[in-house]
Amino acid sequence: MARKLRVRKHKVVLNRSAGGDVGITIALSILGAFMVLPMIYVIMQSLKPLDELWMFPPRFFVRHPTGRNYRDLFMLMNTSWVPFSRYIFNTIFTSVVGTTGNLFFSSLAAYAMAKIKFPGGKFMFRTVRTSLMFHSTVTAITSFIIMSALHMVDTYWAIIVPAWATSLGLYLMKQFMETNVSDAVLESARLDGATELQTFWVIAMPMVKPAWLTLIIYSFQDLWNRGSSIYIHSEQLKSFNYAIGQIMAGGIKRAGAHAASLVIMMLVPITVFVISQSNIIETMGSSGMKD
Amino acid sequence: MSKKKAVIRSDMTRAQWTWKEMKKNWVAYLMVAPYMIIFTMFTVVPVILSMVISFTDFNLLEPPNFVFISNYTRLFLDDDIFVIAVKNTLIFAAIVGPVSYLMALLVAWFINELPPKIRAVVTLVFYAPSISGQVYLIWGTLFSGDAYGWVNGALLNLGLITKEIAFFEDADYVMPLCIVVALWTSLGTSFLSFIAGLQGIDRSMYEAGAVDGVRNRWQELWYITLPSMKPQLMFGAVMAITSSFGFGGVVTALCGFPSVDYAAHTIMHHLDDYGGIRFEVGYSSTIAVVLFTIMIGSNALVKKMLSKVGQ
Repeated sequence: MARKLRVRKHKVVLNRSAGGDVGITIALSILGAFMVLPMIYVIMQSLKPLDELWMFPPRFFVRHPTGRNYRDLFMLMNTSWVPFSRYIFNTIFTSVVGTTGNLFFSSLAAYAMAKIKFPGGKFMFRTVRTSLMFHSTVTAITSFIIMSALHMVDTYWAIIVPAWATSLGLYLMKQFMETNVSDAVLESARLDGATELQTFWVIAMPMVKPAWLTLIIYSFQDLWNRGSSIYIHSEQLKSFNYAIGQIMAGGIKRAGAHAASLVIMMLVPITVFVISQSNIIETMGSSGMKD
Repeated sequence: MSKKKAVIRSDMTRAQWTWKEMKKNWVAYLMVAPYMIIFTMFTVVPVILSMVISFTDFNLLEPPNFVFISNYTRLFLDDDIFVIAVKNTLIFAAIVGPVSYLMALLVAWFINELPPKIRAVVTLVFYAPSISGQVYLIWGTLFSGDAYGWVNGALLNLGLITKEIAFFEDADYVMPLCIVVALWTSLGTSFLSFIAGLQGIDRSMYEAGAVDGVRNRWQELWYITLPSMKPQLMFGAVMAITSSFGFGGVVTALCGFPSVDYAAHTIMHHLDDYGGIRFEVGYSSTIAVVLFTIMIGSNALVKKMLSKVGQ
C-alpha cells in the first residue's frame, strides 16, 4: 500500500517529460500572445490621445493615457439623431426578454424530452440536434417571409421570438438534465402526488442551476452582440451594436471613440463570463454527443 | 410487473399502444409545445420552404412560377461568381474548421493540468475574443492600409517595405487575413466543451495506462484521453463546422462587400447578395439549399473520421 502511494506521487508514472513541458509552455505562450495582444491593443487605442493615435511610427503601448475618447464617445451619443439611450434600451430589452423566454421554454421542453418517455420525444430531440449542424443564415431569407406573413417584421418580436427557441439552449439543457437529475428523486416526487409541472419547477430546475446560467449567458451574448438585422428597418428599433458601428462610419477622427466603444461592448460579456465560468464548464461536461 | 405490461401490450396494435402512451403523457406534449412551435416556425419550416422555393422564380412581389431545376443549372453552369464563392467557402472552412478544432483541443489539453486558478485565467484569455462582439474590428486598425496601421508602421520602420500595403484592398492578402481573424475568434463553445471533457476524465485511467505501458503524453492522449472524451469531440466538431461556415459577417466588416475582386466572397455573401439585396428569393433559396447540403455533408464526413479516434 505504502509503495503504491509513493509511486502515485512520483511524476514519472504519468510519463511527463521535461522537454514536453517546456514545449507546451512555449506553444501556449505563442498562442496566448496571438489571442491577447489584439485585445490589449483595443484597450491601448481607447486610452491614446489624438496625437498618439496618428503618430508615425505607431506605438503599441499608450504613453499618456487619457479618458478623452470615452468622453468623446458619450458626446457623440448625445448628438445622434435617435437618442442613444433608445439603442441601449433596445438591446437590453431584447436581450432580457429573449433570454428569459429562452430559459423558460427550452428548460420546459428539455425536461419533457429528458425525463418523460413519450412517443415522438426522441424524434423531436434528434431534429433539434440536427439543426445544430447548420448556421442560421441559411434560413434567414425564408424566415423573413414567415415573419412578414406574421406581421413581425420591424417589431421587437422579430428578434425576440426566434431567440426563445434556440437549438443550443435546448441541447445543453437536455443533456445536463439527463446526467444530473436523478430519476429516483423525480419518481418519489410523483408518488407523493406532485404533478409533472410541479416536479419540473420544484425538483428538477433547482438541480440544474449551472445549465440555467450557461443558457442565460449564451442567449444573452448572442442577443447583446446583434448588429443590424434584415428584420428591422426603423431607426428607433435598432441595436446598440449597430449604433456603435455608425460611430466608426463617422471617419478617422473618431478612431479613438470607436476603440472606446469596442472596449465598452466587450466588457459586458467578458464580465458575465468571468462570474459564471465554473458553472459553464460544469454544464459543458454533459454536452457530448453519444451517437 | 413487467411481464404483465408486456401481456397488455401484445393485446393492442402498435397504433393503439402509441395512442394510449400519448394520452397518458399529455403533459409532456404541453411542455414541449411552446418550444417546438417556435422552433418549427423559425427553423424547420424555413428549411423546408427554402427547398420548395428553390424550384421557383419567387421574388417577393409577383406570385411564384415553378421553374423546375433552372435555378440549379443557372447556379452551377452560368454563375461565375458562385464558383468563386464555393471555392472560397471551401478553402475558408477547410482551414478554419480543422485548425480551430485542433487549436481548441490542444489548448484545452495543454491547460488541463494547470492549477485551477491559473487555468481559469488562461481559459478567459483564449475564450474572450469569441464573445467580445465586434472587437475583431481592431484587426482592421492593426492592418490598416495607411502608415498609421501598426503592421504597416512596423514594416516601414524596419525597412522591409518602402510603401504601405493596403491589406484589405489587395486580393492577395484579403483571404489569409480573414482566415487569421476568423481563427482568432474561433475558440468558442467547442473549446469550453473540450475543457469540461478533459476535466471529466478519471485520473486513475492515466495511472492504469502508465502501468500498462503508455510511454509518453502523446500516447496517453491518443489511447486514453481522446477515446474517453469522444462525445465532446463530436459535439465540438459540430460546433466548429457550423461556425467555420458562419464567418461571413467578419469578412464583410473587415473587407467590405463585395470584397476586392471577390477575393473573400463566400457562399454566405452570395446568398446575402441575391436574397437580401436583389430579392431574388427563388435563386437565393437555391444557394441556401446548396450551402445547407454542404454543411450537413461535412458533418457526416467528420463524424466518420472521428469514429477512428484511438484505433
